[in-house]
Amino acid sequence: MAEIAIRDALRQALEEEMNRDETVFLMGEEVGEYNGAYKVSRGLLDTFGPKRVLDTPIAELGFTGLGVGAAIAGLRPVVEWMTFNFALLALDQVINNAAKMRHMSGGQLKCPIVFRGPNGPAEFLSSQHSQAFQSFLVHVPGLKVVAPATAYDAKGLLKSAIRDDNPVVMLESEMAYGWTGEVPDEEYLVPIGKADIKREGSDVTLIVHSKPLKMALEAADELAKQDIHAEVLDLRSLRPLDEEAIYESVRKTHRCVVIDESWPMASVGSHVAWLVSKNCFDELDAQVELVASEDVPMPYNHRLELAVQPSVEKIIKAVKTVLYIK
Amino acid sequence: MAKNQESSKKSESPQKYDKKFLTGLLVDMLNIRRFEEKAAQMYGLKKIGGFCHLYNGQEAVAVGSVAALDLKRDYILTSYRDHGHALAVGMSADSVMAELFGKITGCSRGKGGSMHMFDAERHMLGGNGIVGAQIPIATGVAFASKYKGTDGVTLCYFGDGAIHQGAFHESLNLAAVWKLPAIYIVENNNFGMGTAVRRVSSVDDFSVKAAGYDIPGKVVNGMDVLSLYEDLKEVIADARKNSRPWLLDVKTYRYKGHSMSDPAKYRTKEELEKYKEQDPILLLKARMLKDKQITEDEFKKLDDEAKKIAQASVDFAEKSEEPALETMYEDIYA
Repeated sequence: MAEIAIRDALRQALEEEMNRDETVFLMGEEVGEYNGAYKVSRGLLDTFGPKRVLDTPIAELGFTGLGVGAAIAGLRPVVEWMTFNFALLALDQVINNAAKMRHMSGGQLKCPIVFRGPNGPAEFLSSQHSQAFQSFLVHVPGLKVVAPATAYDAKGLLKSAIRDDNPVVMLESEMAYGWTGEVPDEEYLVPIGKADIKREGSDVTLIVHSKPLKMALEAADELAKQDIHAEVLDLRSLRPLDEEAIYESVRKTHRCVVIDESWPMASVGSHVAWLVSKNCFDELDAQVELVASEDVPMPYNHRLELAVQPSVEKIIKAVKTVLYIK
Repeated sequence: MAKNQESSKKSESPQKYDKKFLTGLLVDMLNIRRFEEKAAQMYGLKKIGGFCHLYNGQEAVAVGSVAALDLKRDYILTSYRDHGHALAVGMSADSVMAELFGKITGCSRGKGGSMHMFDAERHMLGGNGIVGAQIPIATGVAFASKYKGTDGVTLCYFGDGAIHQGAFHESLNLAAVWKLPAIYIVENNNFGMGTAVRRVSSVDDFSVKAAGYDIPGKVVNGMDVLSLYEDLKEVIADARKNSRPWLLDVKTYRYKGHSMSDPAKYRTKEELEKYKEQDPILLLKARMLKDKQITEDEFKKLDDEAKKIAQASVDFAEKSEEPALETMYEDIYA
């Protein structure tokens, strides 16, 4: 087992899959000569050449749509957006075409493509560059959406995403590219649609995805000191959602706090909280709590931007609420 | 800088083509015309719902250009005005009409409707309902052909309304930079829905936009199927050989409104009649008559046959089953 950063885990996944399958290619902003805006694709141009590692103009709609066309014509594109904030310009191609090609053709076409890049709040970037778009994407049938927060999951999920015959959106995080974790030396895959218990516990279930996983684990450490044992369930995949894993954990702990760095309205978090309320109604000993970002655009000021997002303190407070601890 | 070519020649010499080939073009255009007339009728009877964009008047564009292709390796993609292209690549009238009726026997199992005709086997990759959205996709299909080294070219059709979309410009730039064998065909019927080209475009001749991407552009007569075929033959051969994109401004005209709900009050009867004088079917027929490659009787027979095929497609669609409710969960994930 080697301890590597998430950016390197992602690069290993790309490299292994590109070696395995000649139809896999990477395109996007700065992926080639610049070695990736966040250095995920470092060295790939040297290894695979300009046919398979393509620098694009900053024109997300065009190159994303080009990827969709390449996918329905038999290739397996990996489209890297420098940020999901720019990807808004490409959403027509993601939502109206990638997600619907199979449906509109009555099952004749498949669209094996991966859209990936950093999503979610970053630091000191103000409103246009610090926002979480998962709810926009999980809303759409025809897409799969994954949101890993460890090096192991990032590598295993990206490999699965590239091999999947459907469009898969992979949400990464600027703040987490440098986080390190153990990754096996031998090849492995993480299946899409499977959640993972990152920490076992008996008193409350913390349901989380993407980079707030770290906060949830820190909160669980703090709570353990107070003899409160939190189970941390990392969704990893947002669509399909591993509902069984969610219910199994909540049936065990009878209490649930959902953490999501998106805005609270119509979010992955609010959806999961609704599912738990509906399907574990008789098992719950308290209402389900949601720790989301504040319902405001992200301010530049650091004190304000931290206050907007979920935090260890907010998670602990929510846990105490569902445990009726003052 | 690539130099644009002059407006197309008129094909004056149909005799260099054999009767079989010319009859084939004529039959394909007649089949589309009669199919669309039948579709309009069925729309009036509420057998077909939603948007329904007819191709009457533009038949020469799909027929002449597809005739110049090799669909074993080449592809086409088009807009929501796609019935003509579907028939031109050889999709059966039955499967297209059944799709319009929303039946399970339709080419897209009743999931797509008028705007989403697909036939993966015949390399017809849709029917797209978002104005201009097929342009980047077609660019990607051309990219895949080049990547795989198949020598295939991709024809991408769209209307003059789509040319102002960012998707058009982003795609042409990529196709030029990456030297992709994509042929962008503006089916310039003078109107983006109800808005005349001259009211929303800075230029009349769209082929000049090719210069901005340093690719060749050309104005093509879209009413004369033979000259269009000849132009496309040359352009396709060049795109195939040199792996480079083209932009064609194909001057055509639609006889009907933008869609079935559009009475087309933004143009005069006189204008419509003027265009009907150069009707693509009548033009080809006149030339074949002149060169004794067809008689009035033979033409009437072909036309009757086209009407029969259209009627049979309605009968087929009527008889076909509705999709079962559980099919709504199918065809979403591979």
